[in-house]
This record gives sequence, structure tokens and C-alpha cells, in this order.
Amino acid sequence: MDDIVTRSGAWALLAFICIFAAATAVDHAFSVHMVISALAALAAAAYTMNQLGKPEGPSEAALQSHYYDDVIRWGLIATVFWGIVGFLVGIVIASQLTFPLLNLHSEFTTFGRLRPLHTSAVIFAFGGNALIATSFYVVQRTCRARLLAPGLARFVFWGYQLFIILAATGYVMGVTEGREYAEPEWYVDIWLTIVWVAYLAVFVGTIVKRAEPHIYVANWFYLGFIITVAMLHLVNNISLPVSLVGSKSYAAFAGVQDALTQWWYGHNAVGFFLTAGFLGMMYYFVPKQAERPIYSYRLSIVHFWSLIFLYIWAGPHHLHYTALPDWAQTLGMVFSVMLWMPSWGGMINGLMTLNGAWDKIRTDPIIRMMVFALAFYGMSTFEGPMMSIKSVNSLSHYTNWTIGHVHSGALGWNGMITFGAIYYMAPRLWGRERLYSLRMVNWHFWCATLGIVLYASSMWVAGITQGLMWREYGDDGYLVYSFAEVVAALHPYYLIRTVGGLLYFTGAIFMVWNVWMTIRGRLRAEAPLSDAAYDPAKDHPLPQGQQRAANPAMLAAE
Amino acid sequence: MSAYDTLRHFADSWALVLMTIAFVVLTGWAFLPGRRERNDRAAHSIFEQEDKIDG
Repeated sequence: MDDIVTRSGAWALLAFICIFAAATAVDHAFSVHMVISALAALAAAAYTMNQLGKPEGPSEAALQSHYYDDVIRWGLIATVFWGIVGFLVGIVIASQLTFPLLNLHSEFTTFGRLRPLHTSAVIFAFGGNALIATSFYVVQRTCRARLLAPGLARFVFWGYQLFIILAATGYVMGVTEGREYAEPEWYVDIWLTIVWVAYLAVFVGTIVKRAEPHIYVANWFYLGFIITVAMLHLVNNISLPVSLVGSKSYAAFAGVQDALTQWWYGHNAVGFFLTAGFLGMMYYFVPKQAERPIYSYRLSIVHFWSLIFLYIWAGPHHLHYTALPDWAQTLGMVFSVMLWMPSWGGMINGLMTLNGAWDKIRTDPIIRMMVFALAFYGMSTFEGPMMSIKSVNSLSHYTNWTIGHVHSGALGWNGMITFGAIYYMAPRLWGRERLYSLRMVNWHFWCATLGIVLYASSMWVAGITQGLMWREYGDDGYLVYSFAEVVAALHPYYLIRTVGGLLYFTGAIFMVWNVWMTIRGRLRAEAPLSDAAYDPAKDHPLPQGQQRAANPAMLAAE
Repeated sequence: MSAYDTLRHFADSWALVLMTIAFVVLTGWAFLPGRRERNDRAAHSIFEQEDKIDG
């Protein structure tokens, strides 16, 4: 009991400190954030105090033969929720680019503030929750061990949601460090560091107490993701706050060193957050859904080490033709091109897992989603190295081609593999016989696929148009097109892109309905997607005396 | 020589050699003759019974 009161008191003290900080804040945004933090701390204090007098549940020792899945169920719901939010904001900013009037003449709704809201919502809120939930799911099942310290896991989940809320509200209020994919300010960064260390402790602790002698390869990828993201986050966010009760800080680096630090972080956020982490998902859920072991376990080990050793050097390709030393640009380019090999090794490993069961693509829409994800993993990891080549980059850089590339990876690879994992986990986590509807998964698949095709192709055309128009010189030695003319030329492509985003969103709505109904335990009455052929009209004995004509082909064979 | 030059030359000589050796050892390990059976077992390890859901 003393323990509960002490912990509750600690949360209340934290809430008090936050309120004090809110009262003495030097800017409005900081005080808003401190009030949000204080409310979160008070909620934690109230929850902790509420444990007093409750009958003791079964002890942790008695629960060791059960997996701890509560936090995974919350994580799955959070993934779906933030996915919808992130996709929706994406549609809003795509519409703003098409029709600038939609910036609504308010500072809170301008493209500049909503754009980081979109990127962070889809990468960190949707993707991050998916990674945390699936990593807890996978590490328990592959280690045959209950999650270490469920209380700490709950802290990771709720602490991460607080991070998302602080980041998102900060962007709308104009609080930003201006660092790509690392916009949150110093105090939010410190909070994320605490949460992330707790996440690492839960994950590694579960691996340490495993009952399975071998650490399955999916866990290697998850661990690589957790450790590397910690390192990237710490280095990239070294900064000095202007005031301890203010939201503004300045980076410790300056000039080209700062640019390189940012893109070392930025590209490895793609490499280790969006690639290594999601490959952890792939290496567990694809074999499980296909009911076949991974094609080559040896290849998965080579895939892992190659990715780890090569990815970390690729960042400088974001800074071609800048003040960055030429050797560093070339290094970034060469390592990016080399990355093509392990990426395709991994894609082949995933796809060939279906070797001998290719019919599942036709009969199982979840497998179809996963295969599609792998195909897009392959396509975007081919496109990426190609775009990192300097001469290609001189055309593609700063254009919408880059946006198309990012989205073929994000919508195609990250999105689809996450949807596959969600559909795999949902009935198992809630103890349902099956998903509410497999046919609805199929509708989701086709909406998302059409959406991606519209998105990627329109942005590809837009990007090349843009790149070619920018570099067009006339006989007089002047540029042929003004910047505004190039913007005007992109209007139809922006419109197509918005439609693509809407289709992708429509697919996600089917997922919300499907997952919701699965949680409620409903089963949609529907014909199965495939069955062996059966014709009742022919299912009877032939009348006496009426012999079936012998098959001439059979006779010939005899 | 400046610290930049020293570090830069260390990075493209000894550090590069050490990293290459580490990479070859780590990936080569998967190709050792005795690994095939263990790899097979690891690949199948995720299919053993896993009925226990939640506590």
C-alpha cells in the first residue's frame, strides 16, 4: 500500500511541477504544453491511487504462463486511430496544395504547420504505435515468455501517446525545431527519450528471460530499430533551450555540420524506423500468415547485417550539390546504391516464402496485402538508390518525384504490411474465430492499391515535369519558366494525388469498420473467398443401364 | 594535421578495415557448415503451439 501511495504522490508532484512551469512560462505554447502534461500526470496519479483497496489480482508469478496482451490491444486500436488522423491530415494538405484557398487564412491551418502534423502522425503515431504493439506481440511469441514488467509496458504506451499529443499540438501552435521528422522541441525530446529507454528495457528484458534458446530474426530487426532510433534521436536533438520554461531551443550544430546531422538522422529514420522495424513485422507475420517458414533463414541474417552496416552511411545523398564535401556526397551515393542488394535480398526472401503456395495470393487477401507490401518494398528500394545517383538527383531533387518515392514506400510498404499485421492480430488478440469480414479486407486492398497507383504515378510525372521545367534554358541564356509557371503546371497532378489519397483513406475506413466489428465479436455472413468446386446437380448415381461413355483419351492411353 | 584530417584518414583506413572484417565475420557466420540445421530449426520455431492468449 505504501508503494501505491508513494507512486501516486510522485505523479502528483510531477503534475505540480508542470503547473508551476505553466505559470512561469515565457511563451504561451509552453504553458499549454505544461498544462497538458500536468493533466496527464494527474491522470496517472489518480489511476495509481485507484489501485488502493482493489482486490489483489493473480500475482505476476501466476501469470507467467500467459502473454501480456492488454497493451498490444490498446496499441492496435491506437494504430488504427492515428492512421485515420494521419491520412486525413494528408488529404487536407494535398487539397491545400491543389487549392491554396483551403489554408483558410488562419495561422493554425496553414500548410506549413499541418505538414509536419501529417508526417509525424503517419510515421510516429501510426507507424510508431504499430511498431511498439507488434514488437511486444512478436517478442513474447518468439521468446515464449511473458512481457517483462507489464507496468513499464503500460507506461511506454501512454507515455508515447503523450509524446504524440505534445508534438501534434506543438506543430499547430508553431512550436518546431525545424528539423525534418524531428520537429518536436527540447522538452518533448527529453520525454521521448525517457519513454524510449523504458521501451528498450521492456523489449530487452523479455528477450533475456526467453524460454526459446534462439532469438528469432524478427527480434534482431526490432532491436536494431529501437537502439538505432535512440542513438539518432539523442545526437540529432542536441540543443540548448533559450529558457527552461520556454519552448524555443537552438541546435548545437551549425551550417553544413547541422545539415549533415539532420540528414544522417532523417535518412536513418527511414532506414531504421520505417525499414528495419517494419522488416521485423515482415519476418514474423508473413511466415505466420502463409503458414510456411521464411524462405531462407540464412538470407535473413545476411539481410540484417548488410542493412545495419550500409544504411547508416546513406544520409549524405540528401545533400548532393550542397556545401557538403564532395567525398561525403559520393560516399552517400555509393552506399545507397549498395543498399539495393540487401533490400532486394530481403524482398526475395519474403516473396519466396510463398514458394509452393502462390495460390494464397488469390485466396487470402491478407497474404495479398503482405505480398503487395513486399513488392512495394522492392520498388521503392530500387527507386531510392537510383535517385541517390548524383545525375538523377540533379533532376529529381526538390521535386515531387521525391514525394512520390516516399509515398510509394510509406503507403505501399509500411502501410500495407501494417494493415496485414493488424488483420492478423485482431482476431487473435480478442479471441475471435476470425476477422469480421475477409471480403472487406479485399475491398481495403483494392482501394489502397488504386490510391497508391494514382499517388505514385501522378507525383512521378509531376516531379519530372518540375525538374525539366526548372532546368530549361532558352537561346538567350535565361531560364524559360518562372517558378509560378511551374507551380501552375502541377495543378492537375496535385488533383490526381488528392484523389489517390482519398482512395487510400476509403480503404482505411473499411479497416476501421472491420476491426471494430471483430472486437465486438461479430462475424459477417459472407461466402468464403474460395472453395473446392462442387456441383450438386451432378452429385447422384447414374440410372441403371445408362453407361457413361468412356473417355476416348483414356482409351487411347490404355 | 587538424583533428578533421586525422579522423578522416582514420575513418577511411583502419576503421574501414575493421568494419569490413566485422561485416564479413558476422555474415560469414551464417554460412558455417553446422548452421544449416540450426537455421532450419530457428525458421520453424515460430510455428510451435501458441494457444495462450492474455492473462
